[in-house]
Amino acid sequence: MTLLTAPRPDTLRTEELLVNMGPQHPSTHGVLRLVVRTDGEIVREAWPQIGFLHRCFEKVAESVTYAQVTPYCDRMDYLASMNNGLAWCLAVERLGGIEVPERAAYLRVMMAELNRIASHLLAFGTYALDLGAFTPFLYGFRERELILSIFEKISGGRLLYHYPRLGGVARDLTPELAGEIRAFIAQMRRAWPEYNELLSENQIFIKRTANVGVIPAAMAVAYGLTGPCLRGSGVKFDLRRAKPYSLYERFDFDIPVGEGIKGEVGDCWDRYWVRMREIIESLRIIEQALDGLPEGEIQTKVSRTLKLPAGEVYVPCENPRGESGYYLISDGKTSPLRVKARGPSFNNLSITHALVRDVLIADVVAIVGSIDIVLGEVDR
Amino acid sequence: MESTAADIFLQRVLGAIWPGAQTMPAWLGYSVLLLLGAALIIGWMSLLALAWTYGERRIAGLIQVRLGPNRVGPQGILQPLADGIKLLVKEDVVPAVAYRFIYTLAPLIVFVGALLPFIVLPFSERLVISNIELGLYFVLAFEAIEVIGVLMAGWAPGSKWSLYGGMRLAAQMLSYEIPMGLCALVIIILTGSVNLGEIVAWQSRDAWFMEHPWIFGWAIFRSPAALLAFVMFYVGGLAATKRAPFDLPEAESELVAGYHTEYSGMRFAFFFMAEYASMYVICALATILFLGGWHAPIPRPELAADASLMEIWSRLAAAHGAAGTGVAGKFGAFGGSLIALLTDPGALKILLHQTFGVVNLLLKTFLLYFVMIWVRWTLPRLRIDQVMYLCLKVFLPFSVACVVWALIQVVMLG
Repeated sequence: MTLLTAPRPDTLRTEELLVNMGPQHPSTHGVLRLVVRTDGEIVREAWPQIGFLHRCFEKVAESVTYAQVTPYCDRMDYLASMNNGLAWCLAVERLGGIEVPERAAYLRVMMAELNRIASHLLAFGTYALDLGAFTPFLYGFRERELILSIFEKISGGRLLYHYPRLGGVARDLTPELAGEIRAFIAQMRRAWPEYNELLSENQIFIKRTANVGVIPAAMAVAYGLTGPCLRGSGVKFDLRRAKPYSLYERFDFDIPVGEGIKGEVGDCWDRYWVRMREIIESLRIIEQALDGLPEGEIQTKVSRTLKLPAGEVYVPCENPRGESGYYLISDGKTSPLRVKARGPSFNNLSITHALVRDVLIADVVAIVGSIDIVLGEVDR
Repeated sequence: MESTAADIFLQRVLGAIWPGAQTMPAWLGYSVLLLLGAALIIGWMSLLALAWTYGERRIAGLIQVRLGPNRVGPQGILQPLADGIKLLVKEDVVPAVAYRFIYTLAPLIVFVGALLPFIVLPFSERLVISNIELGLYFVLAFEAIEVIGVLMAGWAPGSKWSLYGGMRLAAQMLSYEIPMGLCALVIIILTGSVNLGEIVAWQSRDAWFMEHPWIFGWAIFRSPAALLAFVMFYVGGLAATKRAPFDLPEAESELVAGYHTEYSGMRFAFFFMAEYASMYVICALATILFLGGWHAPIPRPELAADASLMEIWSRLAAAHGAAGTGVAGKFGAFGGSLIALLTDPGALKILLHQTFGVVNLLLKTFLLYFVMIWVRWTLPRLRIDQVMYLCLKVFLPFSVACVVWALIQVVMLG
């Protein structure tokens, strides 16, 4: 027996291969670098390496005024600029005790939810792209384009909006634009079943995502996952409901959670499906906001050189990717003493190493894609 | 000395243009014919690749609610040419760590592997470069040669992503080749021949108690085994041409570009053209084996039954040595057709008849081609273990069952 099993010097030798996946790789969603230890097709271990997109956001924030930080926040999670700006404004407003007009709060909700849909559409598209289907990506972009044109009309920008301002919003909603948003809602409701036919119910897609990258609820909580990644594991936690901000308590919406329809609870398909259902819930919120939009001012007077009272504040917001917030310390000057940004992508990404164990290379792409990270926020 | 098509070609056709050709030594004449045949294949293959890159992009545009290329030339039809020029003038980059010899050889082997099946692929009864007896074997064998080239391309550049691409193709090939071969075996058993012309001829012979069965003579309608085999052969063909959902060896989102990651310019173009060419080969082969080849679903004009035309044909064929042996015999049928067209007015009708067959074949082939494109732009990619599962655990038992069924059908039912 030993003759058969003992290694001989002339036999073929196998060894593990250390591969760099990224930062220049088609499916690492920006400049994520995964160091992957592979044994053939099987990935034994993967270490995410981050920092390629570090722009010193937190340090910069210490040397500019509070109002000047707002556009910087847009560049955190650049696929959800509205939500980022909102999180910053809310933190400053809470510390400074600035009242926001109701109309402005409604507009913020509307735009935040539109941005959530745009972000989820991109997640839908790029996830399909990761799994080798090109067409859903362009379908997602078709509807996303409508949102972007709405954003362009209300803020002037198509990616970085700088729309929520301290104490209000930049521009008011015109009746034409309200009509456009309603048209978008109708179009999105028409397109949604199309997406599901194309991708969600596709057998290959299900085979690729169901039972892959399963995150049990306890593990999701332990790693500090938030957003669709947490809800995909069946934890019904949404900051819009748990700690309402910007009048979210007035809106009626469901919180979709992973139910393990196609596989185990917390697999890639569940996370994907939570995002898809959130699109529909966001549409409901936008509709309610449009119906109940109060008249009035959209901006309270805020001094250019705003000085916040000394103190600390943290307002968590539900971004498309999870809990986003700015921990802000003020010493009473015109710029913050210290800012700490909590980006959901950063925490969500941290589970990669635990999740990518003894899976196939194709699964790595499926898992990282299902976490849906934005490197602008991870590296800040 | 026996008068062969080559001789006649040299004397009549070339001789008419340049009298010196009449006294040309035989070896030179054959070489000229050889080059002509090669040019014809390469020309046809390039044309296919060019036309279908454009076609694919327009169809993809249609599927993806966008336009596709529409700027270069009317409706963008010159886009492939522009791309071709771009690829030609690109800098030729060879990685420093590459095994240069293998690196250079790999795209050529892939290209040649995709090219050679065109020699035996018939377009109609008479339009075939070389109607060799083992036509089916020849095609399948050279489709497999392509894989060697890809494996070399995976190894040579010294890139890990390329290596993964090559490894995946090796695993994939072992999976799809076996059921595909068995599916072809079903047809071999039913027809009792591996000659592609004979296989098509069988599909027009009496079936279902009809003398002219037309569409019902096609293999897929003659036997349920063939129908099932056709589906598996086609899906296996998707894997063989590395098309989605089996594009794992070049999976962009996983392996950057797989085995051709480190190839650029014309070397990349060779891989690219080979893919489109082998797509055509697979589709044409599926048409020939299962879909009645050049026989139309509706009856062809009764030219074939026209005795006088057949007489003209056989006379011409005999005169021009279409059935001749030797080197020229390889080109006999084709050379004969060409000469017949150029020298005999009656041959024009035959040409029309043949053309109708060619159109039939191409229509069916391009329909299958279109489905390949449609599938590519619709479905996500499979995982390597799923490919192997599908091929080895689903297709393999079913294709064996098909072979058994075909055997029973042939032995029991005659």
